[in-house]
Amino acid sequence: MRQVTATGQTVDEAVQSALVKLDTVIDRVHVDVIDEGKKGIFGVFGSKPAIVKVRVLNDKVKEGEEFLRQVAEQMGITITINTVKKEKEVLYELSGEKIAMLIGKRGQTLNALQYLTHLVVNRNVDGFKTVIIDAEGYRERRNDTLIQLANRLAQKAIQTQKSVSLEPMPSYERKVIHTALQNNNKISTHSDGVEPNRKVVIKPE
Amino acid sequence: MKALIETIVRPLVDHPEAIVITEEENEYKIRYHLTVHENDVGKVIGKNGRIAKAIRTVVYAAGSDVNKKIYLDIM
Repeated sequence: MRQVTATGQTVDEAVQSALVKLDTVIDRVHVDVIDEGKKGIFGVFGSKPAIVKVRVLNDKVKEGEEFLRQVAEQMGITITINTVKKEKEVLYELSGEKIAMLIGKRGQTLNALQYLTHLVVNRNVDGFKTVIIDAEGYRERRNDTLIQLANRLAQKAIQTQKSVSLEPMPSYERKVIHTALQNNNKISTHSDGVEPNRKVVIKPE
Repeated sequence: MKALIETIVRPLVDHPEAIVITEEENEYKIRYHLTVHENDVGKVIGKNGRIAKAIRTVVYAAGSDVNKKIYLDIM
């Protein structure tokens, strides 16, 4: 945690000098006034400087947003980010031109960015937050595709009476498949393999 | 591209001042070589190379409009 103790003629001055030292702005810090100081007589005799302790608040969600913006900028893409904060989850919705470059084939670039942002947001903190990055509604479109795929392959498993394996997917995409098929009692689903090559297997009952 | 790699790696490590990225280019490919402080190696590689893989994915995506194959070596 970054913090400094600063002194000044008044509390305001002390805070200002602390902000300069920390290279930040007032919105991002927490100020503890240790001593309000005294003007003294004629500003000379018996004067005491004001002392404050200023601590930079770790706004991890903001850091994640900043990280995404910088990475995109370096890739030559200007994006706007809409951040939705929930208790245990942060959703960054990206939009802009050339957003396809950030999604990549089957969302692999988006997933990589999501993982890296997750590391940035959860670095050096106690509680941890799930980070989700969406770009131009990609996640929802992908969910629809996955549900269709799940139903189609479930049919195939029933018709052939053989297990069908899907290709490796990240955990939340597998979850979509499991959820889509959980009420289908002609088949059962489980995941097989070791991350990052874990995949869903649909087994006829 | 070097700046991109640094942007990605900087918030992941404890010693950002020790990040070194070098570049080697020939007719067909560009090879970037990333080194970090020895205590930070695990932070850029991750379990089973998961972080390294994610970094590469993003870097390769950024390099997709260059007509050369891009490689990223870590350490």
